Parts: sequence; structure tokens; C-alpha cells
Amino acid sequence: MGMTMIEKILARSAGLDEVRAGQTVVSEVDMTVLIDLQFATGWVQPLRIADPAKVAVIMDHAVPAPTLHDAEAGPRARKFARDYGIDRFYDVGRHGICHQVIAENGLARPGEVLACTDSHTCAGGAYNTAARGLGPAEVYSILCTGRTWFTVAPTIRYELVATLPDFVSGKDIFLHIAGKHGDATNRNLEFGGPGLASVPMHDRRTIATQCAEISADFATFGVDEVCRGFLDAHTDRPYTPADADEDARYEDIREIDLSTLEPYVARPGTVSHNAIPVSQLEHRTVDQCFIGSCANGQLEDLRIAADILRGREVAPGVRLLVTPASQKVYRDAVRLGYVEALADAGAVVTNSTCGACFGYHMGVVAAGEVCLTASTRNFKGRMGSPDAEIYMASPATVAASAIAGHVVDPRKEIA
Amino acid sequence: MEIEGRVWVVGDSVTTDAMYPGYAMKLPLPEAARHVFYDLRPGWTDEVREGDVVVAGRNFGLGSSRPVASLFLELGVRALLADEFNSLFLRNCINFGLPALTVPGVRGIFADGDTARVDFVEGWCENVTTRAKIQAEPLPDFVRDILAAGGLLPKLAREGYVPR
Ligand code: SF4
Repeated sequence: MGMTMIEKILARSAGLDEVRAGQTVVSEVDMTVLIDLQFATGWVQPLRIADPAKVAVIMDHAVPAPTLHDAEAGPRARKFARDYGIDRFYDVGRHGICHQVIAENGLARPGEVLACTDSHTCAGGAYNTAARGLGPAEVYSILCTGRTWFTVAPTIRYELVATLPDFVSGKDIFLHIAGKHGDATNRNLEFGGPGLASVPMHDRRTIATQCAEISADFATFGVDEVCRGFLDAHTDRPYTPADADEDARYEDIREIDLSTLEPYVARPGTVSHNAIPVSQLEHRTVDQCFIGSCANGQLEDLRIAADILRGREVAPGVRLLVTPASQKVYRDAVRLGYVEALADAGAVVTNSTCGACFGYHMGVVAAGEVCLTASTRNFKGRMGSPDAEIYMASPATVAASAIAGHVVDPRKEIA
Repeated sequence: MEIEGRVWVVGDSVTTDAMYPGYAMKLPLPEAARHVFYDLRPGWTDEVREGDVVVAGRNFGLGSSRPVASLFLELGVRALLADEFNSLFLRNCINFGLPALTVPGVRGIFADGDTARVDFVEGWCENVTTRAKIQAEPLPDFVRDILAAGGLLPKLAREGYVPR
């Protein structure tokens, strides 16, 4: 019997010819990523680790340190990297949100297993990697032993057909899926089909990242020409993609006709069965607009926002925050003039960090405020007060809405 | 591995932000623990006692990798039961030494204040108050090993990876 992409990767990592849904396997992990939070709370430096060449340390969630508690993570991380000779150490200045840094340094590779504490590690699925969040204790264990266990969940396949329309992005594909099908708890998701060619890499990563919000285990894309183009620019080591077999077993196969999609917005609380076309929420006034996070702080997201905002102004009474996903994105956005266009329009462009996305620093919202965000989560209290409302949409929708002062379909604002 | 404890029931898709809000991540663990369910059930952390059990519905623990289990342990919570867990949350609980068992239908047989009896080896739980009982899947051996060690870190310490 055939295997899905994720089954193939897990079988390979466990040294088995075949795995099936329901089976528990012990996998060798190809890349283990530690983030600053790991060093902030409960860190004890290990006496030995499995392989320093398979470890990366990325400072991302709270940098530069907003509190003393976070500041103390820095020296511990630096000592660990120094003592173990970790070459892949992305300290402040080379930093960025870990999933972005993983992508731009080619750490998520086809057919391999990547582990990181953070729940959005599934982002690496955009590059055909079995990547998922595993929590601090488990990642610490993998750091020491080099392996961990997975129970293979059933796989649902999304078959993409036709072409994505202009101003409709990966965020909208995700919101459509979440709104229509709800959560995928204890399921793997797989994306493929002829329509995939019209979905650029940054949009694939948005989708893979956001599968955490529907509680999926792994979210994996196939390797096509578009993906190869990205990988050629980001890794020089050979890799072996995991393609799904023709006779792979799926729990369900769902077709999405990309040409029928439009901009969507998730209402506050959850994305599951809670996303609607933007046109149904127009004129909801907003206080804060945010473009950033591992899902939508990519260079292309900033370009989209800059193109919409260039020569225009953020509406009075609205704050627009833009957080590049990494220092590299920040530098590229400066060179390409995106930062200038955004700042001239009245946006606050911040340092790269998780910051506002998890209501930690730079952009916390107050009770009674309405926030429209292009980040990952619209949970109650996620970005500050539990009495703030958080709506979630694409960077284009957020940028257009910041100009309008209320939620608006970007296709109207641009026309 | 059998335990008995007083029950607190919460709903579906309770998120990690509802249990370990972002602002609490700036606090030391004992203080952070005072904020579990801060908005969902204000005041709960004053009522929960050593040995209590939390019962939840579907998709329990949707969200981030924050070590929520450490907060429950700090509050004395002895076990979590749910109709269904988010897999990251479930792993996190086990790895921090907090027993968590998936029991489809469990939320329906408990109300706040009932007493639960749970056997993790045999994989069942019973409402001692009403006598309703559900048989589910037992915890696998390797998961029981992690729990018996008190979580992954004590296990790694025993294996010589971490200073004791
Ligand atoms: S940007 Fe937000 S979702 Fe992404 S890793 Fe940071 S806190 Fe998590």
C-alpha cells in the first residue's frame, strides 16, 4: 500500500519501509531548533548533546529583551552556543522569528525531520519537511538524544485546482479552509494538485504555519518547480523529496478551486468555522492594524503592504504596526524602499520579533479596542486585553483597512 | 497507576492562551500559575486544591507550546482528562510529568465537584459520584515510563544528560 508524504518521511526517519496511520515510531531528528524562551525559564545546560551540527539557536520571541526575565535568557543561550560550538546561532542582529530564520537558512529541507519547541514549527511543511512544535521538555530531550517518537495520524489531502486570483493570498486560502472545514485535531494535512503552481512559496509558508490554528499535527507540501527554485537559493546540500504515492491512504481528499476564493477575515476567538468573506464585515472600525509574525511578516507580505500604502495615509485614529519576520527581511525591506513607503504612510515599522503577535511587547491592545491582524492567532486575550476584539486577515486586507479606518476588501480600496 | 480527585470541567477548544496568557510568561512559575483560566474562570486558582482533576471537551490545549503543565502541577492538579487533546499540548503534559488521558465522552459524564477515579494503565475513568464509567485506550508503556520518572527532564538526569 502507498504512503502519504508525511508517512514517507516518518518511515524514512525511523528506518522503516512502511508506516501506517495509528503506528508509533521513533524518528531520528535532522534539525533541532532552540529559541530564546527555552533559555528564559527552567534552563539547565545539558552535560552532553547528540550532535551540535544538527542544532540551531534562534533569538526570536522577546528580542531585544523587553524584561529582565527575558534578558537573562541571552547569556545562557550564548554560553550554550559557545560551549557546544553551535555554528547556527542567530543572535540579536542576525535574528528573526525562528520559522523565518529556519526558511531563509535552508534548515527545513525536503524529506527531513525538524523539531522546535514553538507550535508554528509546522511552517517547515512548506518545504516538504516533517516539522512540528514539540514543547520545551521534548526539544531538550531531542537535543540530548537526537530522536523522539511520533504517532502517525490519518492524513487529509487538499487538492488545489485552478489559479489564485489577484489580491487573494495564502492567508485567504487558509481562512477559507478553517472557515469551511474547522479544526483538524490529530490529523496530518497534505497540500498538492495542479493549482499549487499558482501559489508562491511565501503563501505556502503562511498556510503551513497557520495549520497550527486548526490543531493539525503536520502540514506538508509537495516539492514542485516553484519549491525547487526556493531551495536552490537556500540550501546547497542535496535532498530527497517525499512525494505521496498514487495509492496513498487518505482519511479525506478535499478539492479547492482557487479561482473561486476571495479575501476572508476570521472573527475574534478562533478560526475554525469562524471565517467569513471580508465583504460581510466591511465597515467594522479598527483601532490597531498589525502586519507581521512568522505567518505574514515575510518580505513579500511587506511588499504587498508597501504597494497598497505607498503615497497614501493610515486613517486618523488607527495605528498600523509592521514587524518584519527577520532582520534579513528588515534589511531587504529597507533596501527595496518598502520601509520608507510604510513609514511615510504613517506605519510604525518595528524590529523583528514575536512581540505584538503574542501580546508580549510593542503593540499590546487595550480593553475595548478592535485589532485587525495579519499574524497567526485571534484567540481571546492573545494580543493584550481579553476585552479587545481580534480579527484576522491577509496583509493586503489589513493594509487596505488601515487606510480606510475600517475593515475593507483590498480589491475595492486599490481599484 | 490509579488516582482519585475532585473534578473541574471546562469546554471545547480551551486554548493555551486561556491557561498561560502572554503576560504571565514574564512571571516566575508560581506567580504565572495564578493566571490559569484568568478570563475563562476568574478566581479558579483560589479554589483549586492539591489532587484535583481537570476535565475538558474537544481539542483541549489548542495553541502554543507554553509549558502549561508546569502551572497545573504548581496548582496541585493531578491529571487532565479530555474528549480529545491537541497533540502538542498532550505531549507537553506528559513530558512535564502531568498525566493526561484521552477519554472520548468524558466531558459528558462529569460536572464540577464530582469525584473522578482514573486508571492510566487500564485506560478507564469513572465518575465515583454517579458511577458512570468509560473505557478508553490505556497510556502506552513508553509514556508511562516518562510519567513514572516525573517527566522527561528527571528521566534525562537519570540517564546522565543533565546535572542532577
Ligand atoms: S510570530 Fe507569533 S505565532 Fe509566530 S512564533 Fe512568534 S509568537 Fe508564535
